[in-house]
Amino acid sequence: MFSDLMSAVALVGSPETLFTIIVASFFGFVVGALPGLTATMAVALLIPITFLLSPIAAIASIVSAAAMSIFAGDIPAALLRIPGTPASAAYMDDANALVQKGEAGYVIGASAVFGTIGGIIGTVILIAASPLLADFALTFSSFEFFWLGCLGLSCAVLVAGDDLLKGMASLMIGLLIASVGMDYTTGFPRFTFGSWALLEGISFIPALIGMFALPEILRLLSQRAAVRKLPEGAPGSALSKIGQAGRRYWWPSLRGSVMGTAIGALPGAGADIAAWISVAVTRRATREPEKWGKGHIEPIVAGGSANNAALAGAWIPALVFAIPGDTITAIAIGVLYLKGVNPGPMIFIENGSMVYAVFLVFLLANLMLIPFGWLGIRIARLVLQVPTTVIAPALLILACLGAFAINSDMSGLLIMLALGGLAAIMNASGLPLAPTVLGIVMGKIVEQNLMQSLISTQGDLLAFFDRPGSALLGVMTFAIWGFVLLRSLFALARRRSPR
Amino acid sequence: MFSITRSAAAALIAGLTMSAGAALAEYPDRPIQMIVPYPAGGGTDIVARTLAAELEKELGQPVSVVNRDGGGGIPGQTAIARARPDGYTIGLIASDISLYAPQGLAPLTYIDMTAIGQTNELPGSVTVSADSPYTSMEELVAAIKANPRTIKGTGAAPGASWHAGFLGLMFALGLSPEDVIWVPSQGGTKGHLDVAAGNSDFSTASLVEARALIEGDKLRPLATMAAERVDIFSEVPTLKEQGIDYTYGLWHGVTGPKDIDPEALEVLNRAVEAAANSESFIKALEERGFKHQWRPGAEFEDFMQEDLGRMQAIFSRLSQ
Repeated sequence: MFSDLMSAVALVGSPETLFTIIVASFFGFVVGALPGLTATMAVALLIPITFLLSPIAAIASIVSAAAMSIFAGDIPAALLRIPGTPASAAYMDDANALVQKGEAGYVIGASAVFGTIGGIIGTVILIAASPLLADFALTFSSFEFFWLGCLGLSCAVLVAGDDLLKGMASLMIGLLIASVGMDYTTGFPRFTFGSWALLEGISFIPALIGMFALPEILRLLSQRAAVRKLPEGAPGSALSKIGQAGRRYWWPSLRGSVMGTAIGALPGAGADIAAWISVAVTRRATREPEKWGKGHIEPIVAGGSANNAALAGAWIPALVFAIPGDTITAIAIGVLYLKGVNPGPMIFIENGSMVYAVFLVFLLANLMLIPFGWLGIRIARLVLQVPTTVIAPALLILACLGAFAINSDMSGLLIMLALGGLAAIMNASGLPLAPTVLGIVMGKIVEQNLMQSLISTQGDLLAFFDRPGSALLGVMTFAIWGFVLLRSLFALARRRSPR
Repeated sequence: MFSITRSAAAALIAGLTMSAGAALAEYPDRPIQMIVPYPAGGGTDIVARTLAAELEKELGQPVSVVNRDGGGGIPGQTAIARARPDGYTIGLIASDISLYAPQGLAPLTYIDMTAIGQTNELPGSVTVSADSPYTSMEELVAAIKANPRTIKGTGAAPGASWHAGFLGLMFALGLSPEDVIWVPSQGGTKGHLDVAAGNSDFSTASLVEARALIEGDKLRPLATMAAERVDIFSEVPTLKEQGIDYTYGLWHGVTGPKDIDPEALEVLNRAVEAAANSESFIKALEERGFKHQWRPGAEFEDFMQEDLGRMQAIFSRLSQ
């Protein structure tokens, strides 16, 4: 084991690997910061380059680019209310509200620091408990995933805040959008209007760009002021504020990291779902609910830790059973095979030094977040000084590029426009956008696992409580919905009763 | 990367037009797009990306792999068939193309494409959970016969890849597919996972997709659907060895749109043949457990015609 570790240090310490980590981090930073280009896309774009690299440098490039782009996605979310990656959408409102108070440096710095913490905790769990956690992840069948999806959907209602009905309405819109495309069990085309471009469903990225970027660009364009004047932030350096946040909110950060790793380890649930669930749980548990939505650092701490931890978690089933935890590890497994490294239980014995090298790369890649966070703060200062007349058209071009890039055809652009229009209407009628996005993300997971479970039990609903894990998650789901229902009934009763 | 200045580009174009007269510049003079109808990192994608790297060397132009996944591969395969036939868009298709027309899913068959060459096969298998009571095909088949409509099989969405393999297997056994509950799964890996998690009883997806789970003592392979034993799983017997006369496998191959420019096709035929038979491509395939299988254009077209016929037979028997 020790000799494995030493040779791993030598592998990672080679100039090629170190150089790859820096270049890939920069690449991930740029891709993540551009709205609509996701961490998955950053990794997919790297594949041709990994052909030229040594196995460990190839993996290093994937890990660094993914970790960096998940963090960098927070930057446009905070500055422009346009999430760079879906994982940033969960805590965008608070991040942007803080920037409006003049705290851009604080937000981006905190996002980098807590991203690092989440990533490192995730890596430690990956190192310590890979085989154990992989076994756990393997016990999840369609029943457990169905309930997990339901819990995820409940988050929509929890994060929606006070207006339960509007949150539900928005969630239903998201679920309706998710049902477009070929029916999973019968292959029947739903809501496709005979178009084969819609058979694959509404692509998530153009939808996200349309819903968040287009209304924001329109708003920027309609503003009279050429340069946004932001107030001075509260006194004190960004660094000391981050330190304070760390002391105050160490528990949401730790909880987010552990939950993020666990969710990331489940095949089919990635960084975005981890961030949503962590933010929702933190919102339930917070001692300061009145601060949420008005520029509060707690959701950024919870979500930022969770999504970077999820990246490490996704590697647990990938390394042990070659089962991808998310789309990024799906690509990484392919690259590992190409490099003649076969993931699986044997990898720890046959390729021990490789495994340790992957762990070391994870630590390095996450530490890179700090210097790039500093770079992000610098860039933020510039971006905030650019007049809106310049920034809005530039964003429009980027948005169109992102929507087009997903499939290299016009269908992405049309989806972006259609959902942009929908978002504008929803904004005008006071419907929150976040539950719709969650509905689009989770809708397919819930439906496919529900159908798969129902078919395998031939329609027996009680079977959803047969398996212990499934029963536990099911009871949790009902408890949350029951609680929310009771609370709104009480609120209704109080309003009816004479004052 | 190097940048091309405007004057250099003008000189280049002038030079080309002079040398080739009024004719077009020689194919290929710009990057080529290879559409993969499945997600990045999957089996088809690995084949495509490995092949693309070799193809770049042959063609002297970048070959960019574009994943158009979802919808059972129909949107992606349709995009290949409908691409401009100038030779700058080709695709790496999978055997799913033989499944659309027999089920009336989409009016798309091999006829809508130009066959360039088959690259490989991927045989199916029968795997059960490591703690399953079944240790051979005989025991599994006996259990299905003894308790119809209780044993659960999985590996693909209904009507897709490994499900077609399952249907053919049932017919070969003289059983009705109705005797087994088919649990839909998103692809072979997820199917194996459902078996390992203790829900479904067996999966018909490939051994390649089950490799790590077999090594980790989570799954037990009962048979491979290949005609002969597969090298990297030499301990797994074929169906034929266990008295079942049946083989099934998925395949991959390179195609382009119908009526592709003949000059471009000639170049592509040569380049794809060289790339698909290159040492590094074959090595990458075999390391993952794919079976290298080269069939040039016309032969590939005949093969696709046969395959379509076989699938037609399975699905018309099913609808009876």
